[in-house]
Amino acid sequence: MSENPSAAGAIGTCTITLVLNGEHRRLEVQPWTTLLDLLRDPLGLSGTKKGCDHGQCGACTVLLNGRRINSCLTLAVMHDGAELTTIEGLARGAELHPMQAAFVRHDAFQCGYCTPGQICSAVGLASERCGYSREEIREYMSGNLCRCGAYPNILAAIEEALPAVRGQKQEDAR
Amino acid sequence: MNRAQSPLGQPLDRVDGPLKVRGQARYAAEFDVPGLLYGAVVSSAIARGRVLRIDSAATEALPGVHLVLSHLNRPPIASYDEPYEDADAAEGSPFRPLYNDRVLYSGQPLALVVAETQALARHAASLVHVEYAAESHQTDLQAVREQAHPAPAEVPPPRGDFEVAFNAAAHRVEGEYGTPVEHHNPMEPHASIVQYQPGGELLIHDKTQGVQNCQRYLEQVFGLQDRIRVLSPFVGGAFGSGLRPQYQLPLAVMAALALKASVRVELTRQQMFTFGYRPRSIQQLKLAADGEGRLQAVEHQAIGQTSRFEDFTEHEVEWSGMLYACDHVRLGYRLAPLDVYTPLDMRAPGATIGVYALECAMDELAHEVGIDPLELRLRNYSEINGNQGKRYSSKELRACYRQGAERFGWSRRPAQPRSLREGHELIGMGMATGVWEAMQMPASARACIDADGKLLVTSATADIGTGTYTAMTQIAADAMGLPMADVEFRLGDSSLPQAPLEGGSATVSSVGSAVQRACAGLRQKLLDAAQQSPASPFTGASPDAVEFIGGRMCLKATQHAVELKRIVEVSGALESEAHVEPGEQRQQWATATHSAVFVEVRVDEDLGTVNVSRVVSAIAAGRIVNPKTAGNQIVGGVVWGIGQALQEETLIDHRLGRYMNHNLAEYHIPVNADIPGIEVIFVEEHDSVVNELGSKGVGEIGIVGVAAAVANAIYNATGKRVRDLPITLDKLL
Repeated sequence: MSENPSAAGAIGTCTITLVLNGEHRRLEVQPWTTLLDLLRDPLGLSGTKKGCDHGQCGACTVLLNGRRINSCLTLAVMHDGAELTTIEGLARGAELHPMQAAFVRHDAFQCGYCTPGQICSAVGLASERCGYSREEIREYMSGNLCRCGAYPNILAAIEEALPAVRGQKQEDAR
Repeated sequence: MNRAQSPLGQPLDRVDGPLKVRGQARYAAEFDVPGLLYGAVVSSAIARGRVLRIDSAATEALPGVHLVLSHLNRPPIASYDEPYEDADAAEGSPFRPLYNDRVLYSGQPLALVVAETQALARHAASLVHVEYAAESHQTDLQAVREQAHPAPAEVPPPRGDFEVAFNAAAHRVEGEYGTPVEHHNPMEPHASIVQYQPGGELLIHDKTQGVQNCQRYLEQVFGLQDRIRVLSPFVGGAFGSGLRPQYQLPLAVMAALALKASVRVELTRQQMFTFGYRPRSIQQLKLAADGEGRLQAVEHQAIGQTSRFEDFTEHEVEWSGMLYACDHVRLGYRLAPLDVYTPLDMRAPGATIGVYALECAMDELAHEVGIDPLELRLRNYSEINGNQGKRYSSKELRACYRQGAERFGWSRRPAQPRSLREGHELIGMGMATGVWEAMQMPASARACIDADGKLLVTSATADIGTGTYTAMTQIAADAMGLPMADVEFRLGDSSLPQAPLEGGSATVSSVGSAVQRACAGLRQKLLDAAQQSPASPFTGASPDAVEFIGGRMCLKATQHAVELKRIVEVSGALESEAHVEPGEQRQQWATATHSAVFVEVRVDEDLGTVNVSRVVSAIAAGRIVNPKTAGNQIVGGVVWGIGQALQEETLIDHRLGRYMNHNLAEYHIPVNADIPGIEVIFVEEHDSVVNELGSKGVGEIGIVGVAAAVANAIYNATGKRVRDLPITLDKLL
């Protein structure tokens, strides 16, 4: 970690291991560091966004053991041994994840700041027992704010990509 | 390039899309800088008074804290107003951050704590104790409306005799409309990284709609000529919040200068409520019509709030003098200063609230006269802007009305309110007109082609999600006859050719024209270069005799062609820069974009909840460079309009002079579940006056009129006329 340990004062750091975007990582973290702050600052994975830091906007959504979670509302030390996927871990090399490709095709964003959270959230939705109708997708994607107002395009992108993402997940699970 | 192959007008994917979906687009706070320090802002807890003492002993005792910066120890900054006046400054004395002990509003930055981590800075800032001498404050516009003064704005003079015409008319309506304070709340909080260079130069990453505006501001405020470069390649939304340099920028510069180190200052979401916003307004509308619904008299009087140090004005009442034909018009606009920060342009400033009031009043008038609201608008259609007495360069608003109404099924709207019901839901339909200026600003661009045949086009403009990267790439690819993949457009760097603030829907018009002109200059240079080679088939050919298609330059007469890269291999890289001023021809014309928006709502009779169930928005904005990204802009505007109508309101506790709902849980904006299918229609509109492209811009027009259409639909559903936005359920029960 690039953070200066002196800043931690008397309290020491904790060691955790993560499988981060498929890679085993051993990390020293301060006990109060949120998962979001760990990703953005020391690790430089700034694809995960900070929009409110209070779990109100969804811009920091990542996949923790396959489930979507607001990374600003949880501490890094709580996830020793976890498997974590961020927006940077979705594509396979040059090939975009089907959800990413659908977002581009449907112009499901403008400024792009909420986009990583929207995409991770939508990929997480594919593992849940909901999101099988337009109304459900709208409802279960309502934890991710988009101030640009690209919601109809976000809906179209997710609706198109969800079946393929679900299929892939079932295959992976076998 | 022949039209069929031209990228201009094609619904192409965003060129920056892959970067954004991969999380690789870097925003202001996301640059990795060695030795970076982190700042946290201490905000004022009172609305007015003086700082007596800043006790930072506990803060400074923490290991890892480098600096507590306040008015007591900041580096020197300018004292006069002028250096602080940026390109979007309001009239008056601009706010000077950390200048002295005066507290002008609640949330004002009073100190900056700089530490080795963000978490430490935030904790350390919480330990700073400020002692105040508080003075009594006023933050309630309603309480001081009688003391408002005339706004320093050019409101069109009265025409005809409003009083006589109003009193003599067969039908009259009048009402008072209210709109609340709203905050921009882009998803990305404002942030700056000031990178302190070995020679003392500052390389700055900032969230802004105008890198050169920020550069000039800092040069003037700190007296740092030629030492500042501002970068902003990606902006996580702005909607006006980035038009003026926000205070985190000078604070970060102060800290960097004081410590000779690189510093990042990122505002919290709560602090996103401590600078500009859409001002609260109180508006009075009086409309009168004859028996057939022809407007006889229009009066629109508005009171807006402003700060004690600046008079913020926007175009709020002008629309009532230009949207419809009327001979007797009286417009007025006043301001009331409060102990708050100065308001700031926010998406379609002025029009969003002014047209809301006008278009609700028109709906009321339609009911009074007893004709269909759309028919009322058609009967008062105007080919001229009555404020200016000029014809519109183009105005396909009739086509918007016709196509929008047809797609929406307006003919099925019941004239009688409260007559459509499905279970416990009341269904209503409403419509409104929208209008926005079609502006052009001076702008420059540079086009450069290399020996690989790759074109690089640059201008110091911004892409705040509007699609500037994509639209400019299309314009340049079209102008040079190159495939999109061979063109790169670069922006967001103050060292690039001059560009205006990215705002007011003027970027395609302004920067697009400069890109087109720079490419025309480059075509000429390519032709000149080709003519240099001996026995060139292009010898003596005029620019009109050649065309640029598929990466080649062709003689039209003989179809003799040469690849552009072959020319450049011989000549070396070629470049051309152009500066474009708004055309003289614009002077004789009024220029505007128009829209007709149709909305269906479902109101739960028992709960008072409102669901917008359908929207059709028909837009006349000249030539559309990219229907995919432009359509997205309009959809976004409609979403904003729905938020304005039903949800958005920053509430202030006037006893404390402080906002109460300064977070995204309590400041409600629409979520996906709130937004129905939104159909966008771009009607065909040709305009040879606005600029060479014939494009008017689409960033604002999507929002204008939407809130009125929602309010009018709610009236049609319920028979209740709510004139105070937002229309929350308590107002309907």
